[in-house]
Amino acid sequence: MAELMVTRDAYGKTLVKLGQENQEIIVLDADCSSSTRTSVFREAFPDRFINFGVAEANMIGFAAGLATCGKIVFASTFAVFGSSRVFDQVRTSIAWPKLNVKIVVTHAGISVGEDGASHQAIEDIALMRSLANMTVIVPADGIETEKAIIACTKVPGPFYIRLGRAKFPIVFSNDYEFKIGQGIILRDGKDATIIAIGLMVFEALQAADELKKEGITVRVINMSTIKPIDKELIIQAAQDTRAIVTCEEHSIIGGLGSAVAEVLVENCPVPMKRIGVPDRFGFSATPDELLERFGMKSTHIVKAVKEIL
Amino acid sequence: MVEFNDKDIEKLETKAKDVRRWIIKMLAEAGSGHPGGSLSSTDIITALYFKIMNHKPDDPKWPDRDRFVLSKGHCCPALYAVLSLSGYFPTYELMRLRKIDSPLQGHTDMLSTPGVEISAGSLGQGLSVAGGMALAGKLNHKDYRVYVVFGDGESQEGQVWEAAMACPHYKLDNLCAFLDHNKLQIDGPVSEVMNIAPVTDKFKAFGWHTIEIDGHDMRQIIQAVNEAKNTFGQPTMVIAHTIKGKGVSFMEGKVGWHGVAPTKEKAEKALLELG
Repeated sequence: MAELMVTRDAYGKTLVKLGQENQEIIVLDADCSSSTRTSVFREAFPDRFINFGVAEANMIGFAAGLATCGKIVFASTFAVFGSSRVFDQVRTSIAWPKLNVKIVVTHAGISVGEDGASHQAIEDIALMRSLANMTVIVPADGIETEKAIIACTKVPGPFYIRLGRAKFPIVFSNDYEFKIGQGIILRDGKDATIIAIGLMVFEALQAADELKKEGITVRVINMSTIKPIDKELIIQAAQDTRAIVTCEEHSIIGGLGSAVAEVLVENCPVPMKRIGVPDRFGFSATPDELLERFGMKSTHIVKAVKEIL
Repeated sequence: MVEFNDKDIEKLETKAKDVRRWIIKMLAEAGSGHPGGSLSSTDIITALYFKIMNHKPDDPKWPDRDRFVLSKGHCCPALYAVLSLSGYFPTYELMRLRKIDSPLQGHTDMLSTPGVEISAGSLGQGLSVAGGMALAGKLNHKDYRVYVVFGDGESQEGQVWEAAMACPHYKLDNLCAFLDHNKLQIDGPVSEVMNIAPVTDKFKAFGWHTIEIDGHDMRQIIQAVNEAKNTFGQPTMVIAHTIKGKGVSFMEGKVGWHGVAPTKEKAEKALLELG
């Protein structure tokens, strides 16, 4: 079993590191700091942590104002509240004016589990990637989270970085070089390609191991930057393996699967399957039960690959 | 403190008339846009840029400048005219309002127009943004002040009240907001569409220092700002009683002139009145 790490823990720790290096880093939260782990930053730099209470729209507006004055702003809350709840504020006050605000959300996807549908953000990638000027990143583990958080401070402009609640298995080693806009091949193979994000990267790797036992080799790509998406890597995979399966902890409408399909349709159409939350809301259950029910476990990925071969 | 004499007031009044003339001209040329609220907020914006604020038109990003946020982005003709007459860009640009490839977008776009501090148009966001600028000033130990103009119809947005809570909570006494209280919105009188009264009491209860003024009286506008500068530990909310369409008799107090540009004939009539 792989080592587990909570991605939001990596987020909190990285914020503190960045805060020590750069006085312009400021962190905002809307009454979720103990859950998003911005509380770690609050303890280290109380003067540079601003709590807005349960008022996310106002937090986004303040973030915009702070950014116009040169601050590098991190604004955090749960994914449902940092995306759909404040979509218009993000659109008008952050994305359109290209302000330097990093919206880092936690508790995304169905792995939030028992809290149920209201708290399971499964539309946020679709929303955020539809915004011009917005970069969207979904790290696969704690190591990639740290690297993505550091990387986003070096590029001025709006970011949406999506983290989970659950412990994610470690996929990367410390020497992994994260680059915004670049997918990475984690496993190579010739029969099909699995493109995955977030928690699903680990499921994809497990599926690859299973398939290998049956003589089927698959390429596994971690596509942590959903926007701008790594078109070349997708096209290359389509040309090399002639079949693609996407895996995401998000609705199959509008997320990674859609982004990959858009590239394929225009450049190199090949058989494709999208694994993710079907067009429905989630419900209360353990993360594992939900992944099972929605057909998102490695066994389902194995089945999907076989179906399109 | 902003000191002034009768001559300053006279100059400001002349300038405001000039701004109003440009608003009419640019809207007539554009063929669309929002005269009512532009004209009701003209005197406040004119006083801010021509008498009150520290700013450098030849250096719009000067870090120590006072900031102005126009939350009701549809009233940008007033801001564009003031910015242009201040020297941020030539007045001939005003006639390109809303035209293709123009620096003057239909609603304020900070990336297109020199001097515009924040993009706006979707209502209710400017008070939060101004709060962020004021907070940055505190964090950076800067002396600049932040001004914001927002509308009474706009005050129906919930985010306004989130910001109304946060600005006093963070003691943003470097923030002075003007509520352009012209009493009208697209669908009719604010009191009938969705009453915001007693709006002064509401802001007071939220922790603001409140001042009620005639929003067309230059003396009262400057005095309110001076009072705000003398107020410590809390932000100031100036409830500026205004007349929608102010300065053009056939537009004054008329709901129909919220978002309709004058025809060339109507514009000529308006310009005659404005001298």
